[in-house]
Order: sequence, then C-alpha cells, then structure tokens
Amino acid sequence: MHDDVGMLLRRAGFGPTASELAAAKKAGYQATVARLMAPAGPDRGAATAPIPDLGRDPFDDLPDPTTEQRAAAESLRKQHTDAIIRWWLDRMTVADHQANEKLMFFWHGHWATSIRKVGSPQFMLAQHRKIRSSPNFRVMARKLVSDPALVYWLDGQLNTKHAPNENLARELMELFMLGIGNYTEQDVKEAGRALTGWKTDLGVPETAIFFPADHDGSRKKILGTTARFDAYTLVDFLAKQPACARFIAARLWFRYGSSSTAIARSTQEKLTSAFPVGLNMLRVLFEDEHFRSGQHRLVKQPVEWLVGAMRQLNIRPAHFSEQTLHQVVSGLTGLGQVPFAPQSVGGWPSGAAWLNSAAAQVRLGLADLLAGLAQFDHLTAEELATILAIDTWTNRTYQTLKQAKNPRQLLILGLASPEYLVN
Amino acid sequence: MDPLTRRKFLLASATAGGAAAIAASGFGLAELLATARGDDGSDADDGTDKLVLVTLYGGNDGLNTVIPYADPAYHSARPELAYAPEKVLHLDDSLGLNPVLTGLKRRWDDRQLAVVLGVGYPKPDRSHFRSMDIWQTGSPEAPVPTGWVGRWLDGTNATAEAAVSFEPVLPPLLVGATRVGACVAVGGLQLPPGINADLVAALGRTQDGESELHLRAAESYQDFLRVNELVEQAANSPAPPEVAELPPLPATATGGASSLAAQLALVSRCVEAGVPTRVYSVSLGGFDTHANERVGQEWLLKQLDEALTAFLDRMAKTKAGRRVTVAVYSEFGRRVRANASDGTDHGTAGPLLVMGPGIAGGFYGEQPSLTDLDDGDLKATTDFRDVFGTLLGSVLRADPAQYLNGYQAKLLPFVRGRV
Repeated sequence: MHDDVGMLLRRAGFGPTASELAAAKKAGYQATVARLMAPAGPDRGAATAPIPDLGRDPFDDLPDPTTEQRAAAESLRKQHTDAIIRWWLDRMTVADHQANEKLMFFWHGHWATSIRKVGSPQFMLAQHRKIRSSPNFRVMARKLVSDPALVYWLDGQLNTKHAPNENLARELMELFMLGIGNYTEQDVKEAGRALTGWKTDLGVPETAIFFPADHDGSRKKILGTTARFDAYTLVDFLAKQPACARFIAARLWFRYGSSSTAIARSTQEKLTSAFPVGLNMLRVLFEDEHFRSGQHRLVKQPVEWLVGAMRQLNIRPAHFSEQTLHQVVSGLTGLGQVPFAPQSVGGWPSGAAWLNSAAAQVRLGLADLLAGLAQFDHLTAEELATILAIDTWTNRTYQTLKQAKNPRQLLILGLASPEYLVN
Repeated sequence: MDPLTRRKFLLASATAGGAAAIAASGFGLAELLATARGDDGSDADDGTDKLVLVTLYGGNDGLNTVIPYADPAYHSARPELAYAPEKVLHLDDSLGLNPVLTGLKRRWDDRQLAVVLGVGYPKPDRSHFRSMDIWQTGSPEAPVPTGWVGRWLDGTNATAEAAVSFEPVLPPLLVGATRVGACVAVGGLQLPPGINADLVAALGRTQDGESELHLRAAESYQDFLRVNELVEQAANSPAPPEVAELPPLPATATGGASSLAAQLALVSRCVEAGVPTRVYSVSLGGFDTHANERVGQEWLLKQLDEALTAFLDRMAKTKAGRRVTVAVYSEFGRRVRANASDGTDHGTAGPLLVMGPGIAGGFYGEQPSLTDLDDGDLKATTDFRDVFGTLLGSVLRADPAQYLNGYQAKLLPFVRGRV
C-alpha cells in the first residue's frame, strides 16, 4: 500500500488546502477516509454559498414572443446561466464537505445534461437540486426519469404512444444505468414505450408532466420480464439489475481511480456490494488496495484544476466582477468544461484529451487570471509547493520556477506545471 | 520538401524544447521552404495529399443547399421556403444549387465538385451533439471516446501537427486514444505578460521516470509552441510569387470565434509553406435554422461559398495546393416539411460536398425520395462512413476499416488519380 493522503484528498475533493493536507497527514489515511465520508457537523463553508433563486423562466408564458421580447428573455436567461455557473463554482470552492461536493460534480457528468440544448437555467438548477438531494442512486434515477431538463435533453417530450422516440430509453440503458452490452435493441424500443407520455413546461421546472393519453400502457418485455412498465417501474427495475451496480462501480473507478486502466474485478465486486449509496461506494473505493496502491494517474478535469487552485489561493467566484466571471467561463470553454454544459450526453472527456496544445495556451491565460487575483507580495518555489499541495517539484519544474521574476509568474508556471495537472 | 529535409525537420521538432530547438538547429520554415523549392520553381510540395474537413454546425438544410427543384413534393412541403426552379443553379434536370452558391457552381462546371447525395447513417439521431459525435467519431452504433482522425493519428504514430484544428476547442474528430491533434487559436501565440516561449518550453521538457500522463502534459506545451511556430511562420512567410496578388491574412487579434475565411486563409498559408499537416479541421456554425431560415441560411451559405472559392482558387496555383481535397458536412439535414415559423426542424440525411483538383466531379449516390419518408424525414441512401472511408483510403492512404471501427466502407469513385 502506498497510502498517499495527498492523493486521497486530491481525488476525493477538488484540491486540498495546505492546512487540510497537514491535518489529514496528522490524522492518517483511515481517519481521513472516515472524515471525508462522514464529516462532523454541518457544512459551514457551503452555507456561505446559498443556492440562487432565479424566479421564473422568462420564456414561460411567452408562447409567441415578439423579436424584442425574445431578445429580452434571452438576455435574462444568459444572466441566469451566469448566475448558476458562478454559484456552483463558488460552492465547490467553499464547501468543507469536499467529498460530497466532488461526488455532485461526478453525477452531473454522469447524467450529462447541457443547458445548450435545454435552454432554461431553471430546469438545469432544478435537476441539480434533485441530484443533490438524492440519498442514493435508485432514488436519483427515479427523480431524474421525470426531470424536465433530462427529458427535454433526450427528446422525451416528443415520445408519445403514437410517435415513440427512443432517445431517452437508449441513454438510460447505455449511459446512465446499465452500460453497453447489457441490453438489446428490442429492450431499448420497449423501454422507450414505457417512457411515453411526459411533457415539459417551462413554468414547472420541478417535474415533467405526465399525459396519460400519450402514454403507452400496454405490456412491454424488457430484459426478459414482461409487465406494464411505466417510467418509474422501469427505472426501479433497471436499478435492480446486477449490471446497474457494476456499471456505476466502473464509472466511479473511471473518474476517481483511473480512466485508462479498467476497474479490477475484485474492486468492482466490493463497490457493487456498497451500491446504491454513492458515498458508501466511494468509501469502499478509497479503502481498496488498487486505489491505495497509488499506481494510477488521473488528469485533472479543467473544473477540478480551477476549483482546486481557487481553494488553495483563497479566491471566491462569489466575489468575481462580471468581467472576471466571463473571462473564467470563456477560459473553461476553451478548456472544454463548463459546468451545466457537457459537450455530449456521453459525459466529459478524460485523460490526455484535456492535454491538447490549445488547452495549453488557454490554461496559461487562466492561470494568469488566478495569479492576478491571488496577489502575493513574496513567494518562493518551496512556499508555492506547500500552497498547491505538491509533494515535491520535479527538477524540470523547479528549474523553470527558478526563472520566474515575480510571484505572479511563479504562480502561473506552478499552476501550469505537469505535476499540478496530473494527480 | 524532400524526404531528407522532412526527416531532419521531424528530428528537430522531436527534441525537447520544440520550437526553440527548430530555430536553434536552423530548421525554421523559411529554411525548409528554401530547400523545398526545386529547380522547376515549384513550391513546398512534400508529396502528400491533404484533407480539409469543413464542419457546418447546427444541421444545414440539405434540401435548400442541393435543391430538388423539379420535384413537386419539394414545393408543396415547404411553399414559403422553396426556391423557384428558375432561381436555382441547375446541376442537371432535377437538382440544382442554392442561388448563392455561385462559386461552387463554377467548381461543378469545372468537374471538380462531387455531390454525394442522401448521406446519413442508420437510426438517425436528432440531437446536435450526439449526431455530431457520430459523424466525428465515425461510430453510429455506440459512443466511442476517439474521433476517426484521432484513431488515424494513433495508428500512424503521428505528431500533433499531422492534424490541426483552427477552431476554438479541439473537436472530438482529432482526439485519439494516445495521440491528439493540435488546436491552434486563430489569434496565434498569446502568452500572459512575463511568460515567454522559453519558459513554456522549459515547462514542456520531459522528466525521466514521469508517468505517461505527466509526459503528455509536458508534451502539450511542446506541441503548443511547435504548432504556433509553424503557423506563425507560415503566416509570415513570403507567399509564392504567383499568389502574391492575393489579399493578406485578415486582422486576427480580436479574439473570439473566427470566420471560415480566416481559418481557411491559415490553412492556405500552412499548405503553401509545406507544414507537415495532413488533416485540417475548420468550421462554420449557426445552421440551426428553426425559424426564418431563408435569410439565415443564405447568409451562411454565401460565407461558405466565398471562403471555399477563394481558398480553392488560391490552392489551384501551387503544386502543394493542388493536393488538397475539401469535404463539407453537417451533423444532419432538416425536415422536409417547413415548420410554422418559416424554418425547419432537425432532420436526417443531407448532401455532402467534396471538392478539389483530385476530385471527379458529379453526383454520387441517390437523391432520397421526398415522398417515401421515415416519419417526415429523408431516408439516407449513403452511409457517411463510405465517404470518410473513401477519403481515408484515397487522401490519407490508410485502411478505412482500421479507423472506422471495422466498418467495411463501400468506396465511392469520386477521387481521381493524382497528377
């Protein structure tokens, strides 16, 4: 066992501060796992970042907007979108219960719904609340199958008894609950029929609305079982399949363990037995020998990199000017990861895909922005290592840092260094 | 450039420090260009064919691009949106180009424009993102994490500059399992104050005993510098005499999304300078014409036509340029019937345009029926992987099946033998 407490904190959360790392080292690996999974007391940090109240979607009750009305509504939606991105980045940064917060980001990538198609920030925020308030995966799947953002994202509102659309059914099986190879095309079609009859209404972000007349109430044969499946009984049924627990275990390993080495069978079995509570599965993962071996590297996703740096440099998105927020979001766009806007229903990219040459340029620019906000009067390479929770700089980076002429340059180079990008 | 020069170039660019090393060992592009120009006064032709992929984001309305003007069903399905037969640029007695595509019509008359009809894939997906993923990954059955050009980079152990995108974000198309294409901001090398190329190069040095991913992170800085250096030199290199009258690069310091013309101007410079890139990815967005389609689509198609025409005219003047093939595609066409807001909703199959001196102009495949529809949408008659497979085989000289996840492409005869 390698038992690297630093690695544990970097994987479980967004990037430990120097004091968090020092405390964890003192407490030891086991105690740190326990503390991450069951933090004492309420999350005081998160309490300082209350979820925004957006009010109604401006397009609600505008069935036939004039050009001016449309422009005004689009502009308000843009403001709301900025508001929820700012809020979530801030919440990730200030939350003390980092394992919960990171797991929330994992689930967002899992259900991978994008505002670019959904359009309504209210819908996106309502989905976020559902994921956050779900005690386990079964409940989450139940809440999301009738979630307007997900339904609209996957054309569920077009799925009726007379004109079935299998988009949602397919992704439910393939990307969200079972994984490819664990169902047939016929299962997708039948599941599509089970999901008929749901429509979305911009005025009701909490839930899609069920229209019994559009629902196909006949019997469906899914994975060998015949019943009058509807949306809820379908996801309950899918969540009970052994493939579902195994699939979620593999997805957790992919983001927390390694995106290049497949999950070991023994690890998968252990995680599967902790299904359906996400945090319980994570605890098993962090206690697993393959995870603890420290042999597997992960590329930080852009949001992990950004939020980790903001935590360590004590920067809060809540205090950003509008201009700074736009620079940060445009930087994240350039890096390919904006919260609430995954590029694909298949979720975020991983590994070397984050390390392309254009990202190198964008990252340096974003690092410069952060370094400007951090404002150090004096900083050495050694102090920077402590702040960024880097064990030791490689020779390469140390030599490079030595060439920096001021703290700002030093910070930019440290944040852009290969050892800070990969953990 | 001759093979020896190219090998020296690769050696130079493979050393730590990338751009700095190229400059230090005297193999900047200006020098390469000088060696590449032979006695016949020809240009930087390195003997390889190049592919330029133009992606139209948003779902271009194929039926108002290559118009079935003689089909009464076309006019009855979209009375407000249909073009009168006399306005259409006739290609034959049933199909014609959108009136704004005058440059492409000229290309057609020169027999250098191939129009592949009814291109799509089985079980069409109407989500922009998913459908674009399908086109770029070449995998309609299941999402895969790599693009078909990315897999070609993997398979040929190519360096990052073998496939270059001038788009703001690297498209999935260029992402392989172990290799990633290069992504170049049209604005060129922009570094924070105080951070110079030497510092970035220092960060890009690799370190013994580093993990594969750390190595990749370091290399991304080398790639970044190297590709920017190549593009910068290409942009500043003196144009060959015969193209000297062409307009210079437009100002590019404003940032943000750039025009297709600006992206293609950079491609021109790179091709003429002999940059060892085989695949260029450029794009034009905004084709999601759910409402007031006619004005919007014409505006976009005009940009497309002007940018492609200027690019191809310029490419025709150099030997390296004559090795360029351009393919234009979109993630899906649009529905046959117009909607209630003078637009069209997401559809399925559409025409794919392939052009260049090496292309045997004409129609390929079959125009889908406007009356035998699949739930209001066209039925695809050609799988897009047959087109990409043909390009893989004829332009990149690669085995299509290897990079299309085993798909056995039916090769289309639209590529002629080269001169």
